[in-house]
Formats: sequence, structure tokens, C-alpha cells
Amino acid sequence: MFPELNNLLNTTPDQVEQGKLTLLCDAKTDGSFLVHHFLSFYLKANCKVCFVALIQSFSHYNIVGQKLGVSLTTARECGQLVFLEGLKSAVDVFFRPQEEPHPLQFLREANSGNLQPLYEFVQEALKPMDSGEAAWRCPVLLVDDLSVLLSLGVGAVAVLDFVHYCRATVCREWKGNVVALVHDSGDAEDEENDILLNGLGHQSHLILRAEGLATGFCKDVHGQLRILWRRSSQPTAQRDRSLTYQYKIQDKNVSFFAKGMSPAVL
Amino acid sequence: MAAAATCSTGTRSTGSMVVAASRNNVTSFQRRGPRTSGTDSGCSRLVSISGTRPSVRNGQLLVSTGLPALDQLLGGGLAVGTVLLIEEDKYNIYSPLLFKYFLAEGIVTGHTLLVASAKEDPADILQELPAPLLDDNCKKECDEDICNHKTESNVKMKIAWRYQLLPKIEARPVSSSRFGHYYDVSKRIPQELIEASKWHGFFLPEKISSTLNEDPCSLNHGYIKLLQFIQNIIYKEGFDGSNPQKKQKNILRIGIQNLGSPLWGDDICWTENCDSNCSLTKFLYMLRGLLRTSLSACIITVPTHLIQNKAIIARVTNLSDTVVGLESFIGSEKETNPLYKDYHGLIHIRQIPQLNNLICDVSDVKDLAFKLKRKLFTIERLHLPPDLSDTVSRSSKQDLAESAKLLGPGCGMTARGKKHLDF
Repeated sequence: MFPELNNLLNTTPDQVEQGKLTLLCDAKTDGSFLVHHFLSFYLKANCKVCFVALIQSFSHYNIVGQKLGVSLTTARECGQLVFLEGLKSAVDVFFRPQEEPHPLQFLREANSGNLQPLYEFVQEALKPMDSGEAAWRCPVLLVDDLSVLLSLGVGAVAVLDFVHYCRATVCREWKGNVVALVHDSGDAEDEENDILLNGLGHQSHLILRAEGLATGFCKDVHGQLRILWRRSSQPTAQRDRSLTYQYKIQDKNVSFFAKGMSPAVL
Repeated sequence: MAAAATCSTGTRSTGSMVVAASRNNVTSFQRRGPRTSGTDSGCSRLVSISGTRPSVRNGQLLVSTGLPALDQLLGGGLAVGTVLLIEEDKYNIYSPLLFKYFLAEGIVTGHTLLVASAKEDPADILQELPAPLLDDNCKKECDEDICNHKTESNVKMKIAWRYQLLPKIEARPVSSSRFGHYYDVSKRIPQELIEASKWHGFFLPEKISSTLNEDPCSLNHGYIKLLQFIQNIIYKEGFDGSNPQKKQKNILRIGIQNLGSPLWGDDICWTENCDSNCSLTKFLYMLRGLLRTSLSACIITVPTHLIQNKAIIARVTNLSDTVVGLESFIGSEKETNPLYKDYHGLIHIRQIPQLNNLICDVSDVKDLAFKLKRKLFTIERLHLPPDLSDTVSRSSKQDLAESAKLLGPGCGMTARGKKHLDF
């Protein structure tokens, strides 16, 4: 986790907000650093995490996690982390058909779009246990990323339904959090993706949007992060508050600064 | 005259004398030659697989793309377990070259190849690979051999003196574990190298003839066959870690040509909506899953200019690791643009993967052009960035000129030259 981002978001691992849907979004840049942030953040906050990783392998997340000070292997062994490795499971589902339904069962189906097994997997992973051998603080679902589901033939509406179910169960019932990454296709005019992005933006409480610089590539500024709070409890004047920062990703950290205030420029 | 006499009487004696002399002249300040320093043994201890090296940045095992310039742009090479996607140029002239470089590098370094195509027979593709240029050591040896032959034939052949210049050794099989080689596109790879290499071919028309069994997946039939073929080879030859290889570990290089073209039975080129069509993206996802769990690297060329729907291209890009686009000038107005007159096209590095790292290895240079010379495919920087701090550079130039004047009192040319420079 990046302390500077925690400062911007007004959170610490000691006090985690509950019942929130956070939407991570990246346009013309790679926003995976946000996923790494939230993964390490919730693991440090002692939350029970279900991580649906569809893009990279476990070792990738583990090595980056170690740089950020968490070990995914130990978290997985002690039951804090439930990791679904999309790439590996896809091969298993495709080449070794099993009897019991797999979370990614839709890969084998002709007119797919049934994410129910995936939802059941999440439900099973995060279900609060009565006989608490190790009491985790709150359940968290993390998805990297939802756009891949569209590429795998699931419709945008099915993905939205899936998120809605997860939100109802994890956020509402169990007072947990959901964090999901979606790519913004930008000028590629990907209609399905736009439907997904707009639908999720409507539901979420906090939107973090990483954008590439409009002026193009820069060595010292990797992009800008827009933070948008959508708080319904507060008076209308402060309801939607938006902040923009520029950032630079370093080896183990990300530094944020106000627009145009990069140390390299000053 | 004396030297010539000794030469003619006995070349062997002079040779031994030279050797003796050089032995006597050995000082403690000796440059460690490439052979004496024992790099070979060191390399073999560190890297167990030939033709690979670990990345400085993230510790990933890298293989060369067969084009050292491209390796450098991609952060040292192509990581094992990842996909390199080449966006084909419009008339598909230059992208097959990159494809062949990748395969030829595999043959030279002794990797196993898997070539898949819907258009050409893989055996024919292998026949057309470029010939590797011998590395410096080999070249030196060659030259020495030629010299030896010359001295010997000095005595024997007096009439056919022109034949002395002909190299005695034609390209012999070189199998080197070095990382990255240069290739001569004007020559074909020696036949014995192909015969010595291990390769598997997937030619779609041959495979598709078998009975169409009903598979419940929505994947295209050709793609299913190819996935099964790749999976079978990875499993059978033990490229996945779960089934340990008996002998030395090796890398599987997969090359897939013109993926997504109508010949593969894919209709993404003319469909408008992408929701009904996700064969290609599904295939890429599965392929990536296969690669991540095995010792293999893959190159794919895709005719992206045929795909009308930009959303599909964006999805394909997101699902592959490294993406390199080629844009040739043929048929475009850039062909006559004086800016581009030295080049044949532009090369765009569209995506570089982030592996085991928060950041990726993006090179600072973004404007790159390529040129196909008679023998080599070269990638060059198109132009230098604008020199923004002009006052600084001007003063430094003056300093340079003055220092040159100070340095060389003997050469009046520089002083005079300065006047010419100050136009």
C-alpha cells in the first residue's frame, strides 16, 4: 500500500470504511498499481480478502506484494486470502473438464454469460464463519479486472448483475467492501465496456480514475489520478467531491503531487 | 627482404617464434580476453538454458526476439511465459521478417520451435529463415583459418591466386548459447541447422480436415485445434514444470502467423459488433494461461489493419503482454515525405508488460523507424529531440572550439574552421 494514497483517501489500515464499492478505472495507462495498493491495504488491515485475479499469475502479485510489505503466500496459508488465478483455472477448465462446476465454468459454455458459479465461489470464500478461529475484520472482494470478462464472452449486463449480487451480499449483508478494476477503452468505442463502466460508476461510492497524460508520455510523471467521492449522506454541496493529482510510480512506492508540481519540473 | 625469405622457407618456424615472443611479453596488465575470462563456464552456471538470460529488472528469464535492437526496446528481451503481438503492416512485408527472426533465433540457440500457420506450410516457413551471421569469435577463427590456408596455398597454388580470397569454410553449423544474434536476410539458414533443430508444425488445412466434433465452447474450431496442439506438446515434452524434463531444460518458441485473418476461419475482420465475437480474445486468454505455466515464449502476428472494429483491437492488446506495431510507408503519403526518405516504416512499441513489478521498462525513445537494408533489418531513432536549452549548447560549442584551438597549436585548420562554422 502507498501511504500517500492513504492520506489522499483519508484512510489507514486501522480504520477501514465498510460497505463500500470502489471502482478503479484506467484510461490510456495501466492502473494495476491501484489493485496492488488495495490488495496490500486490506491484507494489512486484517480483512478477509477474496481476490479474483484474471490478468496475472499468482507469482506476479506475490512478488509485487512482497515489495509492498505483504506476503500473499502466508496470507493464503493462514486463510486470510482466497486467490482465484484466472489464467491457470482457464486452462484447467478448458482441457480437463471436471464434474463439479468451476467458478470459471462459463469458458466452456457456448452462449456463455452465466457468472453464477463465480458468485457462488465468492460467497463461499467470504462467508463469515461462526466458529471464528481467526477473526478477520471484514470481508473484501477484489477483482482484477472486470473488462476481461467481457473479452471472454460474458455480456456487460451479466457482469453488472454479478457485481450487484456481490454488493448485496458482501457490502450490504456482511458489511464488507468490493473493489473492482475496469479499463476505460477511451476512443476505441467499446460499447459493452462503456455500459459496464457507466453502470459501475453509478453504483460505486468511490471512483479512482488513473489517466495517461493528455500531452503524452513523460518520464517523470506517469499519469494523473482523479478521486471522486460519491457520498449520499452529506449535504449536496459536498456530495460529489473530486480531486486530481499527478503521480509517479517508483520501484516500491507511488508519489503523488499536485498538478504540474512534479519534482522534476520544479 | 629477410622477412619474405623466412616466410617462403618455413611459415611454421616464424609462427612459433611469434608465439614465443608474445609469451615473453606477457605483463600483469593484460586485458582479459573473452575466452580466457571463463565467461562460458560462468554463464552456464548462472543460466542453465541456452539462449536465455535473467532480466536485470525483475528477475524474469528472457529470450531474445532475434533482433537485438528490439530486445533493447522491450527491456532486454521477451520474458518467458509471455506473448509478443506484432501488428502487421499493411501489405505484410516486414512483419514476417520479425516472425522469422524470432524463429531463427530459436534454431540457433537450440530451442524447440512450434510454428502455426493457416497460409504457408510450416516446413516452408522454416526453409526461408534468415542465415545467422557468425559472432565475432567464430569470425575471427574463420579469418585465421583462411589466413592459414593462404599461407599454405602460397606454396602450392601459384596460378589460381584469385581462389585464395575465397573463404574455405562455408557457413558451418553454429549453435551458440549467446543471447541475441544478427541475421542476414539475403541468405537462407543452412540446411543442417534446420535438420538439427527440433520443431513442430501446425498447418491449419491439414488439421481441420479431421471430423468436426461438437465442442461446447464458443471458440472457433481452428483455434481449439491449435490450443490442443500446443497444450499437447507442452505437456508431452515437459515444458510445464509439473512434468519435469528428463534432459536439460529447454524453451519452446511458439510462432503463430496471421492470427485472426479470414484463413483461420475467424470473422472478426468484418463483424461490426464485438459482443458476438470473442473467439480471438478467448484464444489469447487460454494461450496466455498455457504460456504462464510453461517454459515458452510466443510471437503472434495479427493483421490489425483488417479489423474494422477498434474495440476488438483494444481488447486484443489488453490480453497480450508485449505489443509492437509496424507501419510501413508503402502506399501511404509518408512514402514521399522527405522526413522519412531514409526509412521503410515506423515501429510503435504499444505495450510493455509489467512483470513482478509496479512499473514497466519503458524506453525513453518513442519515435522509432525501421529500415530494411540489403542484409539487415534495423531499427533506428527517427530524430533527436529538439534541443530546448539552446543557449547552453551554443556556449558549449564555443567552448569546444576554443578548447580545440588551445589543444592543437599545430593545426591551423581548426582556427580557420571555426570561422567557417560561425555562419
